[in-house]
Amino acid sequence: MPDDPRPTPKLDELEKGPWPSFVKELKRAADRNPMSEQLIGVLELSYEDRVGHWKHGGVVGVRGYGAGVIGRYSDVPEQFPEVAQFHTMRVNHPAGWFYTTDALRRVCDIWEKHGSGLTNLHGATGDIILLGTKTESLEPAFAELTANGFDLGGSGSVVRTPSCCVGPARCEWACFDTLALTYDLTQHYQDEIHRPSLPYKFKIKASGCPNDCVAAIARADLSIIGTWRGPIGVDHEAVAAYAEGGLDVQADVVDRCPSKCMDWDGRRLEIDNSSCAKCMHCINAMPKALRPGPERGACILIGGKAPIVSGAMLSAVLVPFMTIEPPYTELKALIGRILEVWGDEGKNRERVGEFIQRVGLGNFLEAVGLEPDPEMVRHPRENPYVFYEEYFEDEPK
Amino acid sequence: MADITPRKTDIGPPHYGQFLPPVIAANYGKWKYHEIPRPGVLVHTAESGDKLYTVRAASPRLLSVQTIRDFCDLADKYCDGYLRFTSRHNIEFLLTDPSRIDPLIADLAAAGFPVGGIGNALSNIVHTQGWIHCHSAATDASGIVKALMDELIGHFTSTDLPGKLRIALACCVNMCGAVHCSDIAILGIHRRPPKIQHDRLPKVCEVPTVIASCPTAAISPVRKEGRETVEVTEDLCMFCGNCYTVCPAMPLNDPLNDGLSIWVGGKVSNARSEPAFSKLAIPFLPNNPPRWPEVVEAVKKLVEVWAAHAKPYERMGEWIERIGWPRFFRLTGIPFTKQHIDDFRHAETTFKRSVHLKG
Repeated sequence: MPDDPRPTPKLDELEKGPWPSFVKELKRAADRNPMSEQLIGVLELSYEDRVGHWKHGGVVGVRGYGAGVIGRYSDVPEQFPEVAQFHTMRVNHPAGWFYTTDALRRVCDIWEKHGSGLTNLHGATGDIILLGTKTESLEPAFAELTANGFDLGGSGSVVRTPSCCVGPARCEWACFDTLALTYDLTQHYQDEIHRPSLPYKFKIKASGCPNDCVAAIARADLSIIGTWRGPIGVDHEAVAAYAEGGLDVQADVVDRCPSKCMDWDGRRLEIDNSSCAKCMHCINAMPKALRPGPERGACILIGGKAPIVSGAMLSAVLVPFMTIEPPYTELKALIGRILEVWGDEGKNRERVGEFIQRVGLGNFLEAVGLEPDPEMVRHPRENPYVFYEEYFEDEPK
Repeated sequence: MADITPRKTDIGPPHYGQFLPPVIAANYGKWKYHEIPRPGVLVHTAESGDKLYTVRAASPRLLSVQTIRDFCDLADKYCDGYLRFTSRHNIEFLLTDPSRIDPLIADLAAAGFPVGGIGNALSNIVHTQGWIHCHSAATDASGIVKALMDELIGHFTSTDLPGKLRIALACCVNMCGAVHCSDIAILGIHRRPPKIQHDRLPKVCEVPTVIASCPTAAISPVRKEGRETVEVTEDLCMFCGNCYTVCPAMPLNDPLNDGLSIWVGGKVSNARSEPAFSKLAIPFLPNNPPRWPEVVEAVKKLVEVWAAHAKPYERMGEWIERIGWPRFFRLTGIPFTKQHIDDFRHAETTFKRSVHLKG
């Protein structure tokens, strides 16, 4: 460590205040690591001149993989030679982000030895993010990660590490086993995660119920969101207990139901399940009294994405209800057909949602072998310009 | 000479089963209900009658290995060596003995980690890398989050809000943080077309790829001083950065013009109303490190106005839907400008085409 570290008056300001400080984290890492010490210098410089100092990525990685490492180079390498290279390794996280302290400490030891000692728990896709190392350290870090049971995640035009909510591990609302599915899919698509072969990124997220705690509908190209068929389970005594406890069942539950499918006479809650949209509000409001219906599975939606390239999209219903049980044959066959059709026909940097926008959902359904279903649309088309592929000809005379 | 060292590849992540605490392994898929006995604490009751207590603590997301080891020490002391993280960067400690909750929270407080973010509260701010590690960042991420949460921490450690409050920050429109569906979204924006490095572009970029990257067809090929390069029709540039993503010789970062925008009313949950995008509230605020006072004040004001006017369970977007956008702008004092009216794809679907006007 230098005896006289550069002053960082702007960042020092962010050590103050009650919320946990990332600057304290940077400085803790800097106590032991010259890369982190110089990272603080780069960041202080950005705070002074209000611009980032990282150059566009470069092709860098571990042997045999084309993904999982984000190449990063400083645009001020003379000033901060320790972070001239500052690559990130993305590491497949355990489903549900559960750890033993033993496993987490091993990851820490590896990153203290081979990297900056800084991490993100976790990145936007869900991976463990090991932030900042040099090209020469990538292969040794990778060898130790795999020796300890961890592997790299995705980056670029690949299937990204699937992620999921806490699911049946700690939630009474999980309509399928999100952790088991996520682990299975992550293992199943290892090749597609590590070796770019697609038009662009493909994200998979699994939420156990319509509360969608991993934001699957907004953040995943393929969103698997738990739902159910059949009547909501009602414990009438527990409903009465909520009412006695001060919950305004009429105003806060019945009047907030988007389907207007509930009646409350002050003593008994009646639900017209045939009109229920399965939004979760009543169940959220009275978790001791209500629970999702008996036949449980998931809705499969497609095309969610952030704005790049042609605008943000929420995922759209592709399969209204699918039972999600190992070995997930139906789901994997569907994902396989989607990757094949989009992989063959998609343009460079065209997400599957944008691909569907270009070719039309109807054509996409035909290509992946699904039948149109009124649950896929808000309403049938209003526009009378309808495509037909074939027409009758007059019989030749 | 060929490297013949045996190498493990494509092993995937460790199986989650080995990381589940015994109480979870025993009651997996058999949880009956949960309660929130106090802010930042959940208790789940299983059909077996077993109870699991969760204590949720804040994290800056950017963590040193030393701090992770500190968390591990606490998990060893209180949770038999098990812990987990949430989708919003919080840390969760999983306990079976309720008498150990208070000492754990005290230890966390001593280490500077507040407990909260459960129920009708503000959870942690999902955010991106910013100037710490990203090449396309229009602003920093961690710094704004820190400055903002220093002010809003009271809504994290209590459950004093009408409904859930989800804030997210992305340092550019790539939106690694999915800010497009948040109650309040803070988004770094560029406002100047790329500065084309004509001497470098032919060496590092493919001209057809650059042209194809532009969603408004603003880029065309041009020959300059004998080099094949591109030019940008600046009137068509909306500063999305797609060209920079495929071509490093077209940087957009520009301290004079970069800044922040604030968006409101999005959500991902299906509860009550359908998932929705956030809508533009404030088109531009200056990039003002280290504490971004303009952003902090603007977001605080939005939270205060919503908290004062929303009914129980009403998320930001549901409240605005009820009162109408004109009243939202009046109550918050935010001027409505040309920038608030969409002019990209599907813009016309956002125009008001009736006289159902709440005024």
